[in-house]
Amino acid sequence: MPENIIEDFTKGEYKYGFTSDIETDIIPTGLNEDVVRLISAKKEEPEWLLNFRLKAFEHWKKLEPPTWAHLDIPEIDFQKISYFAAPKKKVKSMDEVDPELIKTFNKLGIPLEEQMALSGMAVDAVMDSVSVKTTFKENLMEKGIIFCSFSEAVKHHPDLVQKYLGSVVPYADNYYAALNSAVFSDGSFVYIPKGVRCPMELSTYFRINAENTGQFERTLIVADEEAYVSYLEGCTAPQRDENQLHAAIVEIIVHDNAEVKYSTVQNWYPGDKNGNGGIYNFVTKRGICHENAKLSWTQVETGSAITWKYPSCILKGDNSSAEFYSVAVTNNYQQADTGTKMIHLGKNTRSHIVSKGISAGKSQNSYRGLVKVAKNAENSRNYSQCDSLLLGDKCGAHTFPYMDINNKSSVVEHEATTSKISEEQIFYCNQRGISTEDAIGLIVNGYAKEVINKLPMEFAVEAQKLLQVSLEGSVG
Amino acid sequence: MEEQSYIDLYKTHAETIKSKSSDILNAFRDEAFADFEKNGLPSPTSERYRYSDLKKSYGINYGLNINRLPIQINPSDIFRCDVPGIKSHLFYVVNDSFFLDKNAENLPKGVIICGLNEAAEKYPELVRKYYAKQAQKHNDPNVSFNMTFAQDGFFMYVPKNTEIAEPIQLINIMSGNADIMANSHNLIILEENAKAKLLVCDHSLKDFNFLSNRITEVFVGENATYEHYKLESTGEKHTNICNLLIEQQKSSNVLTNIITLHNGLTRNNIDICLMGEYAETKLCGMAIGNGCQKIDNATNIDHAVPNCTSNELFKYILDEKSKGTFFGRVLVRKDAQKTASFQTNKNMCLSADATMYTKPQLEIYADDVKCSHGATTGQLDENALFYLRSRGISEREAQLLLLQAFTADITENITVGALKDRVKMLVESRLRNEQPKCTACAICK
Repeated sequence: MPENIIEDFTKGEYKYGFTSDIETDIIPTGLNEDVVRLISAKKEEPEWLLNFRLKAFEHWKKLEPPTWAHLDIPEIDFQKISYFAAPKKKVKSMDEVDPELIKTFNKLGIPLEEQMALSGMAVDAVMDSVSVKTTFKENLMEKGIIFCSFSEAVKHHPDLVQKYLGSVVPYADNYYAALNSAVFSDGSFVYIPKGVRCPMELSTYFRINAENTGQFERTLIVADEEAYVSYLEGCTAPQRDENQLHAAIVEIIVHDNAEVKYSTVQNWYPGDKNGNGGIYNFVTKRGICHENAKLSWTQVETGSAITWKYPSCILKGDNSSAEFYSVAVTNNYQQADTGTKMIHLGKNTRSHIVSKGISAGKSQNSYRGLVKVAKNAENSRNYSQCDSLLLGDKCGAHTFPYMDINNKSSVVEHEATTSKISEEQIFYCNQRGISTEDAIGLIVNGYAKEVINKLPMEFAVEAQKLLQVSLEGSVG
Repeated sequence: MEEQSYIDLYKTHAETIKSKSSDILNAFRDEAFADFEKNGLPSPTSERYRYSDLKKSYGINYGLNINRLPIQINPSDIFRCDVPGIKSHLFYVVNDSFFLDKNAENLPKGVIICGLNEAAEKYPELVRKYYAKQAQKHNDPNVSFNMTFAQDGFFMYVPKNTEIAEPIQLINIMSGNADIMANSHNLIILEENAKAKLLVCDHSLKDFNFLSNRITEVFVGENATYEHYKLESTGEKHTNICNLLIEQQKSSNVLTNIITLHNGLTRNNIDICLMGEYAETKLCGMAIGNGCQKIDNATNIDHAVPNCTSNELFKYILDEKSKGTFFGRVLVRKDAQKTASFQTNKNMCLSADATMYTKPQLEIYADDVKCSHGATTGQLDENALFYLRSRGISEREAQLLLLQAFTADITENITVGALKDRVKMLVESRLRNEQPKCTACAICK
């Protein structure tokens, strides 16, 4: 196949690169105990949360950034980052929302009102660090569902937050988790009470907006016994020259017989064609499943200059199950080291991993996964499949699976393949009058279908679009 | 001994160690020692040794024969090869000293087999050209340790267009009346179009704490064919570290088969580098563990050039409290297009206390490749067991049959008929939990 087609195909630029001018309240750069106290004070937090932050900060100071990932991370100067930015105006109703902000959403093709009206979704829009607008809250309140920003949750439901915060990802978990625990700004809080099936897809749009501001999101989702919720998170970020740090934590607690479905489309700014700029995405996501519970992670990763992300499941309860579906696309100079951890502790626990990597340009794409079967996790079962597709001869695709099996009744399987799009497949399409460009688009979309199909309808469309934009030029 | 004791040992005795070894070996000693001093002993905090704690093994107060005192045994008197009808050329390394067997004649013209020190003296050009060429680049604490202390080893040279029809058999024996450590360095060179088969058997004769750390460097020339079998049957107090480094030139063909029948703690570092196009390598191995045995195979296949093929298969059967580790890395470098690489690891945990760690890993920097890996850990197929039971075969026998079938993928790869039969028999008796016995040598008598 001619060289230039692959080049055309893979050099598509980031379409959502723009900055909207919203006044933000930024504290000076730097990180020390006073900054942690200041963040806590600005958010009018109770004593226990401040102590949590301070403990995390103390611990963070003792840690070194992890270097084991297959990534080339430039040294990050944590003193040059501003740890808090909030839109200045506080809004009470939709009319008060800054028109600039609404414009931003419009440019992204996700007008807030339209979304409310058409898809019936409740959108908790996060602009930098503080939630600007929460919709459909009343609707959800009727069922007893709590869906609000993290800071609101701290004010109105401190008992719940205190009970679950840090219960899945302790502040000492890893370097970036400790950093997040110390300086986290805001995020979403979801609580689904016993036996309630959440009637709509809950969704949040994250967006990095102020220059030099790391976003430290903290999401906490609790599904009580026999509850069900599908939670969607998606993000696009404006074009920037300087690297921005994003270190989020997502904690999910799935109680007995409950089910949580967590879907992400991640499209942070990946840097330009020459590898300048782009977001560093160092995220800790983890869920815990109690008896008969089910947790499903679905992710489409197309953005970020560097991705370091391993959504994990602790299958604590007997008969619990977990799924992980992922498509990770890297292009130009992007680097991704992503995968999952499945920790089987309970009996008859099951997990299923499907990971699809696509690398193009000069990017490096790695799958890193752990399947651990503890001694008492009798009859547990895991199946992992991770495939990599290579577009171009300067990119790399790597697989680092770990499997630790500690008993005799469990079955663990892992399969991985790496290949490029075969010339025969392209020839077959060409023969039938499909141009090479279209053929590549067709094959890539077909390749990722297994994962895209797991996304909720609204997201599947966006994901498919993103996939094309990321690899683009003229994919049909 | 602690890390520091080894450092002190070398510092005080460097002169003695060097005086009893060849200059070619000594040339790398100080550099290796500097690496060892810097990196220390293999530690479970490093990714490479995360599942094997060798610190404990190194921690024992071993005797090192740095003065090269002659060992007061004749290995061929006490040890007979127990592979009937194999007709091999037999050589011994007892602890770290090379012994020539009197039957080792009739080798084809030009073939050299002797001790490494002897070779360095007689054929310095040849040894200098190859010695440590691979080991030097190998960044591994065990390799640095070995290169610091190793004074001798086995040397084999097969010249151009020469074939050794019968297998060469090298028996590594650990023996002594105290806790002993042995470091040896083997060098195997096959020139263009050469053909040879090497069978390495590792044994320990007495029930002391032994630690053997061996490097085997193999250079396979253009079009050459080489087969390497490693058969281990050692005692429970034996820590066996084997670093097998193979470099393959154009169109060469290598088969490596690593069989661990009985052991204490074993770590095999197998590193195969495909340096010439159209080279082909097949790497397989199996391990049977019970008791508290630990078997750790770390393999690395490096596709440095295009059009090479590698095929890897490892199987483990783990019973009781045994622990198996498989770390398989396949690296396809940037220009190694048209690479075909397949890796499989299948494991069987037979008891609730057995543990298997597996880490198959692909690193691919070229796009026109076909690479895959698969790993499974599980149990015997219930349906197959039921099928056999329903035909009147007892549960125990049915399990044995299935386990033997499980290992057949590995044993069938052995091309030496007599050896294949023997290994199959050994596997069977091992699975029946009988110590493999022969009548020929002193251990069994």
